[in-house]
Amino acid sequence: MADNKQSPKKQGSKQALKMLAGYAKPYRALFVPTVLFALISVAATLYAPIVIGQAVDVIVTKGNVDFKALVPRIALLLSTVAITALCQWLMTLCTNKITYNVVRDLRNDAFSKLEKLPLSYIDSHPHGDIISRMITDVEAVSDGLLMGFAQLFTGLCTIIGTLIFMLTINVRITLVVVIITPLSLFVARFVSRNTYKLFHKQSVARGELTSLVEEMTGEQKTVSAFGYEQQAIEKFEQANKALSDVSVRAIFFSSLTNPTTRFVNGLVYTSVGIVGAFTAFSGGITIGQLSSFLTYANQYTKPFNEISGVITELQGALASAGRVFELMSEKQEVSDEGAKVITHFDGRVDASGVDFSYTPEKPLIKDFELHVRKGQRTAIVGPTGCGKTTMINLLMRFYDVDKGSISVSGENIRDLTRESLRSGYGMVLQETWLKTGTIRENIAYGKPDATDAEVVAAAKAAYCHGFIKRLPMGYDTVISDSYATLSAGQKQLLCIARVMLSVPEMLILDEATSSIDTRTEILVQNAFAKLMQGRTSFIIAHRLSTIKEADSIIVMKDGHIIEQGDHKSLIQKGGFYAQLYNSQFAVT
Amino acid sequence: MFRLARFLKNYKIQSIFGPLFKLIEACFELAVPLIMADIIDTGIKNEDSSYILWRAGLLVLLGVLGLTCSLTAQYFAAKASVGFGKELRSALFKHINTLSYAEIDKLGSHTLVTRMTSDINQAQTGVNMVLRLFLRSPFIVLGSVIMAFTISVKLTLIFLIMSPALAFVIYKIMSATIPRFKKVQSTLDKANLQTSENLTGTRVVRAFSRQKDEQEEFEKNTEQLRIMQITAGRISAVMNPATYVLVNLSIAAILWFGGKSVDTGSITQGEVIALLNYMNQILLALLAVALLVTNITRMYACASRINEVFDVHTSVSDEGNTAVPEDKSAPRVEFRNVSFCYAGSGENTLDDITFAVQKGETVGIIGGTGAGKSSVINLIPRFYDATSGSVLVDGTDVKLYPFSQLRGKIGIVPQKAVLFKGTVRENMRWRDENATDEQIWNALEIAQAKDFILQKQGQLDYGILQQGKNLSGGQRQRLTIARALVGDPEILILDDSASALDLATDAALRRSIAEKTEGMTVFIVSQRISSIRSADKIIVLDDGRIAGMGTHMQLYKTCEVYKEICLSQLSEKEVAQHG
Repeated sequence: MADNKQSPKKQGSKQALKMLAGYAKPYRALFVPTVLFALISVAATLYAPIVIGQAVDVIVTKGNVDFKALVPRIALLLSTVAITALCQWLMTLCTNKITYNVVRDLRNDAFSKLEKLPLSYIDSHPHGDIISRMITDVEAVSDGLLMGFAQLFTGLCTIIGTLIFMLTINVRITLVVVIITPLSLFVARFVSRNTYKLFHKQSVARGELTSLVEEMTGEQKTVSAFGYEQQAIEKFEQANKALSDVSVRAIFFSSLTNPTTRFVNGLVYTSVGIVGAFTAFSGGITIGQLSSFLTYANQYTKPFNEISGVITELQGALASAGRVFELMSEKQEVSDEGAKVITHFDGRVDASGVDFSYTPEKPLIKDFELHVRKGQRTAIVGPTGCGKTTMINLLMRFYDVDKGSISVSGENIRDLTRESLRSGYGMVLQETWLKTGTIRENIAYGKPDATDAEVVAAAKAAYCHGFIKRLPMGYDTVISDSYATLSAGQKQLLCIARVMLSVPEMLILDEATSSIDTRTEILVQNAFAKLMQGRTSFIIAHRLSTIKEADSIIVMKDGHIIEQGDHKSLIQKGGFYAQLYNSQFAVT
Repeated sequence: MFRLARFLKNYKIQSIFGPLFKLIEACFELAVPLIMADIIDTGIKNEDSSYILWRAGLLVLLGVLGLTCSLTAQYFAAKASVGFGKELRSALFKHINTLSYAEIDKLGSHTLVTRMTSDINQAQTGVNMVLRLFLRSPFIVLGSVIMAFTISVKLTLIFLIMSPALAFVIYKIMSATIPRFKKVQSTLDKANLQTSENLTGTRVVRAFSRQKDEQEEFEKNTEQLRIMQITAGRISAVMNPATYVLVNLSIAAILWFGGKSVDTGSITQGEVIALLNYMNQILLALLAVALLVTNITRMYACASRINEVFDVHTSVSDEGNTAVPEDKSAPRVEFRNVSFCYAGSGENTLDDITFAVQKGETVGIIGGTGAGKSSVINLIPRFYDATSGSVLVDGTDVKLYPFSQLRGKIGIVPQKAVLFKGTVRENMRWRDENATDEQIWNALEIAQAKDFILQKQGQLDYGILQQGKNLSGGQRQRLTIARALVGDPEILILDDSASALDLATDAALRRSIAEKTEGMTVFIVSQRISSIRSADKIIVLDDGRIAGMGTHMQLYKTCEVYKEICLSQLSEKEVAQHG
């Protein structure tokens, strides 16, 4: 019964081990030399004491030292040592290579998984936790593997080697050693099972702390703006304490292995002493043999110590690996396999009978109908939270609809590859996102092979050329999302330049110009207008200057379209839109 | 690295007694061969079984005592190292909290996050290792050398030559690997940054179908990481074999010179064996050290990266400032010939800005992208220090205020609507820890957020996810506005914070701020003429300079830049009609 309780955890670590083995498989060619070098170095290590013993044997008493026999023994010792050292070094190189290759593959796969996870996962999971799995946990796997590989194997070889040497001396005493030693394995197993659980808990607590640090340190500016430092520190201290409480237990428990197995080894040593002594009474063993037996008994149990240490380390690595694989086995976006590649867009976009919600309990969009012809400019307006941004998530297929269908050029977007569908759209979002890299790379993000002239032309079209020129390194200035010298508006202009360069068939602008001053905005709008001539566009905006010119205005409220028409007709109708429009002048 | 040792201060007992118990255990262990020798020499020779059993009992007793000592040592080591990690983390967190915007810009928040997390974890592991194992090895080396000395002064020379040689080799290898491990860590940082960027920018990455390129870039980075790790590993892999070779060279020397000594009769064969045993003990101890070196070098690299952060001191400090009495007659906010330039930028972002704002006034700040609107705002709560000139609040230079007093006067709504994980109530209490629900509802009402919060499950107890991901952009923005209003600030700063609001909500918001916040000085930074046109005073910024100041109608007539902005948003009729 107790075993049943353990089994899910055990299975978890077994599963992780199996998957890790899969990652090591491509490097199995390296296992052969690793094993070879390990075997040679272990054999040589075990042989060295024999040579030394023989050397000691020729140093007997005063005037009775056989220097002629001593010299070759010393020479033999030195060459054995040289071989051992060389093989040890080569073996470490091999294990390093395996470990770092596996870790690289693991990270690459985890990252590739990241690109395939549905947005619903990314939107609803703390980024700090995902990052900690990819960076810290993979690091733990690498540490665990590195220690494990090298020691587990040499340890096993040493055990077998010593066992053979012992058997050649006395079978009965060897049996005593063999029977008692597994006790230490039993103890080690008990410890490591508990350690795994505690390490897992520690991982969780660490993930929570990382999330908090991501939030508070990542948004340090907001924290200091509100003088919230004290509270932030308090929250942090709490999480910090929770982590250290579980850490003390995890670390203590994991370090139990060594002393307890060493204690068992002490018992083995003592037992050999007693049994050996009584055997010596009956003349079954000489004193010299007993003393070398004791040396070997020590050598036999030492690797058990190491192995149990390694097992603990591996437990930690496996707990981390488990978290990494958990991320990797997360459900990913429905595959594009078999989907059609759409190359020609005729500008039609239709949504019929669309239902959608982020959580089943709270229906958001119900029975949504939208039919857009080629070249139409559609503005979507409505109070905040009415589902405008959700429209983008659905049009771009960041989320799939629950019911109904959305089609582009008459093709259901579910039947198209995401890449080809998205290549038809250009998107500028309200929340600007820039990659760490040069301005040039950022503008050419949608078209990495763009020429310099194209980049500059796009920058000019989006009115960023002027301020880019004034930056210390011009187009080669390295910027990032938190680059302070660029204002929010300038960042937005860069995002617009990014879209200008890729010349999409359809355009989605979600508050794309909200941070840009209106004088520049008008110029950008004109550029957009030129760009969008004959192309379909969706515009979400609050500014009337942006909305007024649209061919069709969709007024949304609570996930439904409540009004539809052009500016003039909607104003005449005197409904919700007219109310919205007039409200902008209703200032005290 | 040793600078960080101060974080063990509160764990003195554990950090001293931990290794001490470890040493006691080592002594017990060293005694075991002696007792065994007794069993062989006396017990077997005399065939005395009770003597043998008695000695065996002693061995078991020593084992139990050793176990107890060892467990105590492990517990102390765990306690001390975790305590070290905890205090270090806490101190670093507090230190980061003292940094001003300028230092955060320079260091980058991503770096700070890695140093707070994985670097400190590594350092903690290192401390644990040191406490558990590191001190034991030198002890055994020293003990062995002393024992060798009692046997043969001459042969101890071998020990005395070999020990510094070993130390030198270990030092050399360490100093070659440390910078390499540091590079490894900074490459890891890059992977961290890219992961984080791909999480926040996932929509853009996917919209442009750049997943493959991102993947390639990431793989290039991990490949670089792999190569660096292998190079660093190649050097540190020399450690083990090198120590092994050195020790065995000494054994060869002991055999040779020991043989000579035995030949002349100055020592016995048994004593040669003893010397060899001690040398082996040194080898075992050093192997443990070698095993630790990787960890120690890494810890060293991490420690210096952590110290780098500790070495960055805030350029904007309120140290020594005491509460400033309010000058009732002075303007609420005054700029006197203020110029400002971001660190690392050649050009002034603000040039010779002078203006004064009275209590209760509403000020609109308008201007083109990059005109310096946000920079003006950032100088008031002293997020940055002006490069020249002075910024005064209530008649006193902001540099003379304690931060808590200065920022306590100000409610700021930043451009980026950042909320934190926790309930609505917790998020609303950022400015005032003790705000009552009534005050919070009041602020929510002014910020036009009351209605949607009323609809949320649990209302003020509604849980907001990290970065406010379960709210729309407009909802987040209204909550950040409400957050700034809680606790009735004297100065309210809205830094383009209505951009995600629809026109009706924006208008309602301004109306309720005007009605319900008597005496509050309000700064509205905006692109929208409609947002600022009714302000008491409008400051028009153009390329870091003041292009005009006055009311809407005054500026429309006299300020060319302002007129252009107006006409880009409204028809002439509209400008005049609603003026």
